[in-house]
Amino acid sequence: MAKYICKRLLQMIPVLLGVALIVFTLMYITPSNPANMILGDTATPEQVAALEEELGLNDPFLVQFGNYILGIVTRFDFGTSWFTGKPIVGELLLRFPKTALLAALSVVLSAIIGIVCGVVAATKQYSIFDNLATAISLVGVSMPSFWLALMLCLLFAVKLGWLPVSGSYGWEYWVLPVVTLGTSGAANIMRMTRSSMLEVIRMDYIRTARAKGQSERMVITRHALKNALIPVITVIGIQFGNLLGGSVLVESVFAIPGLGKYGVDAIKQRDLPAVLGSVLFLAVTFSFVNLLTDILYSFIDPRIQTSLGPSRRQKRAAAGKAEEGAA
Amino acid sequence: MNEMNDILLEVKDLAIEYRTRKSLVQAVNGISFQVPRGSTLGLVGETGAGKTTTALGIMGLIPVPPGKVAGGEILFQGEDLLQKSPAEMRAIRGKRISMIFQDPMTALNPILTVGDQICEVIRLHEKLSKHEAVAKAKEMLELVGIPGERYGEFPHQFSGGMKQRVVIAIALACSPMLLIADEPTTALDVTIQAQVLLLMNNLKKELGTSMILITHDLGVVAETCENVAIMYAGEIVEMGTLEDIYEHARHPYTRGLFDSIPDLDVEQDRLKPIAGLMPDPSALPVGCSFAPRCPYRTAACEAAPVGSTQLSPTHCVRCVRAGELAGGKEGGQA
Repeated sequence: MAKYICKRLLQMIPVLLGVALIVFTLMYITPSNPANMILGDTATPEQVAALEEELGLNDPFLVQFGNYILGIVTRFDFGTSWFTGKPIVGELLLRFPKTALLAALSVVLSAIIGIVCGVVAATKQYSIFDNLATAISLVGVSMPSFWLALMLCLLFAVKLGWLPVSGSYGWEYWVLPVVTLGTSGAANIMRMTRSSMLEVIRMDYIRTARAKGQSERMVITRHALKNALIPVITVIGIQFGNLLGGSVLVESVFAIPGLGKYGVDAIKQRDLPAVLGSVLFLAVTFSFVNLLTDILYSFIDPRIQTSLGPSRRQKRAAAGKAEEGAA
Repeated sequence: MNEMNDILLEVKDLAIEYRTRKSLVQAVNGISFQVPRGSTLGLVGETGAGKTTTALGIMGLIPVPPGKVAGGEILFQGEDLLQKSPAEMRAIRGKRISMIFQDPMTALNPILTVGDQICEVIRLHEKLSKHEAVAKAKEMLELVGIPGERYGEFPHQFSGGMKQRVVIAIALACSPMLLIADEPTTALDVTIQAQVLLLMNNLKKELGTSMILITHDLGVVAETCENVAIMYAGEIVEMGTLEDIYEHARHPYTRGLFDSIPDLDVEQDRLKPIAGLMPDPSALPVGCSFAPRCPYRTAACEAAPVGSTQLSPTHCVRCVRAGELAGGKEGGQA
């Protein structure tokens, strides 16, 4: 297992390098001169030239990219913002918890709602609840989150006045963003859970469980749900990635000072190091969530565990046998 | 009274149907049979004859909807199982009646250890501590010839034959009075088949279990059963002791089954199958359901439903011409 995790961590390096290269290239080819933008219209050509030299903008592309990566790897230095002059790492670390909290709350909310509704819909297939849940989930999946965000704002904040429109000062500020982000996730997870459960419920081992005299509730939770969750976990993992992306929109709409909003603002100002930093941060988070998903997977499905090498339990059993043999 | 006690299970006029939007499938059509205590009944028939549906009916595991028990009685120890509440049935399933399923590859939950799956049924029905239940589950594994240390392994780490042993261990864990084995050897290769049959026979003797053995393999029936019921299109067309069926078969379908087995002593180029296919169970013929394929059919066969004729206290057959076709297998050869 440890070996597998190490392998996966090493595999993340080229992925992240690739992401960095793509974003770096995109920013590099945009037709604007950062030095000009930083200094403003009143700057003299000499000042601009001096700043260009200072920022390393005259170096060849690969040298610039190499320096950037080297800075991150050796000093954990993502550069300084061209606008505020502050180091970017600090800004990112300050904002990251907000985005992570937003994404985590949304995932938890959508997983709970999605799995519960999915299981109920599957066990009562073609019932009113099932039809209703399926219809609502279709709406939930197809609705763009920025639109949902605006509509929720309109209803709960403007018309009813129950919740604040934007900002992040207390729990009530989190309700609308989390609901916005969680809706499509809940819908996706519900649809996946339902179809996966329907498949599993028809399996022979469910009949075996019933033949044992097991109660229906235990048949569903102990036998069916655990099997049905295997594909659902993948969906939740992917959902988490979507949420990180979705946070860009939602944070802008609700004015939450998170990573997403920081990135958007940086793009507007063509603050290259800030854009690069926030994209890389999101990419790293996404990769880690993916890894976590796969590890979780192997805990639920023993067939995967064996293909990753013997589990601790199996090793213990083997050691026990060896001892018996020796004695 | 004494005779009553000797009958463990009595099925009377059991009818089970599956209703879909388009059609009504009559899977089981008024079958009746008895299983005396300690004996084995072989339920023989081709795919789709209603054997498994009958078994699921006894277990109370017919999926509702689309399935439905349309009528009849299932008397187990004198009590009608069809009148039991779901909770009462749960207490009977796995404890007093248990079932071995057809395909061992899919009958076990892939994400639970085999030990846990055996332990589950023990803890459901017997008041044992976790520790005692585990010990008993290990005992059951040993009983079916699997080392107890493999308790913590998962189904994918076992071969097909071993999985079937685990399924048998689950079925026998609470020493049921009636064991329904649904084609327990079909998915296994021949050498493993023999082992599993031997194992089941031994366990049956040791534990005094009655058994319903569902199969389409007449050889397996000959080795394990005292009584045989031949099913065709949801009906029992002929039923009797092993001797009645194997030596004095009267029904043309039963004879057809035996004739389709190649004879070792006679050189034969081609097998002799029964011509035709089983009727569509959603559109059964009015008369004898075997009539369209029957070489002996008459106008009377197709006109009205055929009742059961009692030929001897043990032997009954559902055929208009049962009297004429007397003499059984020997008669057929003469």
